[in-house]
Amino acid sequence: MRLDVKKTYKLFIGGKFPRSESGHTYELTNPKGEFVANVVLASRKDARDAVVAARAAQPGWEGATAYNRGQILYRIAEMLEGRREQFVAEIRELTGASEKQANSEVDAAIDSWVWHAGWSDKVDSVAGSMNPVAGPFFNISTNQPTGVVAAFAPQKSSLVGLVNTIAPIIVTGNSVVVVASESLPLSAITLTEVLATSDLPGGVVNVLTGKEEDLAPWLASHQDVNAVDLEGTSNPVDLEMRAAETLKRVVRPGTFQRAGSKGSLQQILAFMEVKTVWHPKGH
Amino acid sequence: MFEYAPAPESRALVTFQSSYGHFIGGKFTKPSNTYQTISPSTEQVLAEISTAGAKEVDQAVKAARTAYEKVWSKLSGAERGKYLYRIARIIQERARELAIAETLNNGKPIKETRDADIPLVAAWFFYYAGWADKLDYAGFGQNPKAHGVAAQVIPWNFPLMMLAWKIAPALAAGNTVVLKPAETTPLTALMFAEICQQAGLPDGVVNIITGFGATGADLIAHKDVNKVAFTGSTAVGRLIAKQVAGTNKKVTLELGGKAANIVFDDAPLDQAVEGIINGIFFNQGHVCCAGSRLLVQESIQDELLKKLKRRMETLKLGDPLDKNTDIGAINSKAQLEKITKLVKLGVKEGGEAWAPNCDMPKKGFWYAPTVITGVAATNTVAREEIFGPVLSVLTFRTPAEAVAKANNTPFGLSAGIWTEKGSRILKVADQLNAGVIWANTFNQFDPASPFGGFKESGYGREGGRHGLLAYLKGDN
Repeated sequence: MRLDVKKTYKLFIGGKFPRSESGHTYELTNPKGEFVANVVLASRKDARDAVVAARAAQPGWEGATAYNRGQILYRIAEMLEGRREQFVAEIRELTGASEKQANSEVDAAIDSWVWHAGWSDKVDSVAGSMNPVAGPFFNISTNQPTGVVAAFAPQKSSLVGLVNTIAPIIVTGNSVVVVASESLPLSAITLTEVLATSDLPGGVVNVLTGKEEDLAPWLASHQDVNAVDLEGTSNPVDLEMRAAETLKRVVRPGTFQRAGSKGSLQQILAFMEVKTVWHPKGH
Repeated sequence: MFEYAPAPESRALVTFQSSYGHFIGGKFTKPSNTYQTISPSTEQVLAEISTAGAKEVDQAVKAARTAYEKVWSKLSGAERGKYLYRIARIIQERARELAIAETLNNGKPIKETRDADIPLVAAWFFYYAGWADKLDYAGFGQNPKAHGVAAQVIPWNFPLMMLAWKIAPALAAGNTVVLKPAETTPLTALMFAEICQQAGLPDGVVNIITGFGATGADLIAHKDVNKVAFTGSTAVGRLIAKQVAGTNKKVTLELGGKAANIVFDDAPLDQAVEGIINGIFFNQGHVCCAGSRLLVQESIQDELLKKLKRRMETLKLGDPLDKNTDIGAINSKAQLEKITKLVKLGVKEGGEAWAPNCDMPKKGFWYAPTVITGVAATNTVAREEIFGPVLSVLTFRTPAEAVAKANNTPFGLSAGIWTEKGSRILKVADQLNAGVIWANTFNQFDPASPFGGFKESGYGREGGRHGLLAYLKGDN
């Protein structure tokens, strides 16, 4: 009998798969208490590295055409579909879900990528405007990505909550540092393998695994993070106060539902800035 | 150079009461805990103003809550809109009186209050009046809801205009409000309370309480407030963002700025000079979106500065009620001291300050229009908001360097671009991290046009459909 080769679960920073610089891991068990994997316990330094990678990747991603970003998000859906069995197996192992339940979660996650992909070149048609000002001026408002977002995926969802956290942030050209659910991190790690093969530029999505208290305070107060999505945090008040120091945009827990195959335009717009440009009209 | 004969606007049209209480539940309270509000151009006392404590704040919020539940939330959008149209019309009818009052209490030139502030106030109410029965089209789907009671705290630089930016969309969306004007400029807000009475606005829909920072903090902290809107400094904005953490209060913040006004070598220079002057000397530079950092392409620096200084020599500083005055009074002694200190620091750090010869009035608070050249990006006067008539000049060689320098600030409210090349305007506008970008113009405002910042200049927009959304909630 052949001994199977087990996967080493690692972080995803700047398109690469590093271990934690701290060298620490935590033991992940299934509902029966059996050992599943050693998962990386990301450190403050890893969080900082991830922000650096996210910042470096952001202008290029924002500068890509909306058509291009839409195609890459759709490509993520394609890659996810191709690896659904692995996601189903990991979801079942960690949650004890039935095959049907796990399949339905993966279905929703794939469909959510497709739903979000289509928004890339429509957000401004719906949420921008030409403004009829009382003077001889051309005046237009467009929506631009906020920049670098630190996000905390829902704790109780393996995959679909994570996708409904990442997709609305990146579809418009933001980059993200996302902290996976502490008890259900396997889908997040496997998703990084999907992202790495979807033509998504390295650094647009960075995934950390570990504990909220090791990462969240530093990400919420990081000077080079523009917005925080506090969905999966247990201590959002402290984090909102830290975020206030540099007036980051804050999404409080429970603001958006993240369980379905569709997201919310308001959630996409929560990570965008309205920019209004004036120019005189004349000969 | 032409000499101008004095052309003062008569102040006979305006009568202030000797003292004012708060406007709560449709009535003025008896004046209490008063302080004096003055004219910054003469230091003359204009009226006694009450200071609201926690008790008055609570009364005002209760009045707003009652009005929201019993009256305002039960009115149709069309009827709410008609109240706003009435208010807009009364403002137009009393425009000259309001302009004079604003100039007296703020110190800004009458030509600005007459031609910019007050017309925009009326326009803002007229614009949002029309939204009140069209909320289904705002972007939150069918039947979006108001938040309830809005707490609004505004600054002293555009007193009545800031009130209009806050109250018009709040009421159109179906909220009731408690507004606190700045301590140095409460008079036009109190006149607005009288306008609400003239318009027959139901009691408690608009409540105006006066006082200092502590009053504003009490108001924002009140547990029965659903929505907070603040315009003012980034430092106070930070405190508010911390104060509301862990609550369900929705917040919009319109904070400080350090706008780059970028002049490329192919710019129409005479127009650019007018734009630079307007950008930094409009309202004595007491403008959050002021073009306070001039970024000029190195090759045209000498020519541009020569033209700029020549133009600055023609600016008239003095009596704000004089129709020819370009530069009025600094709003307060404290602000004058801050400006003076920052310019001294700018010179100490290596900048060279220049100002035209101005006859400074003996009384009041005055600062001559000033340009500081030779400023490095790391200098205090290139980084901190001065909020006065002081322009810092930096240079660049390439468009990429201009964009990098323009974005090298924690602020992101506004920016200017001067060039004849259309493709360059569009590219640079894309790359600038600022909420409002004026290309070949500056300091334009309109109720249909969203205004607000990126980064530490705050969040949320005022103006346009986007400004309405801040006062609504829909299904997420």
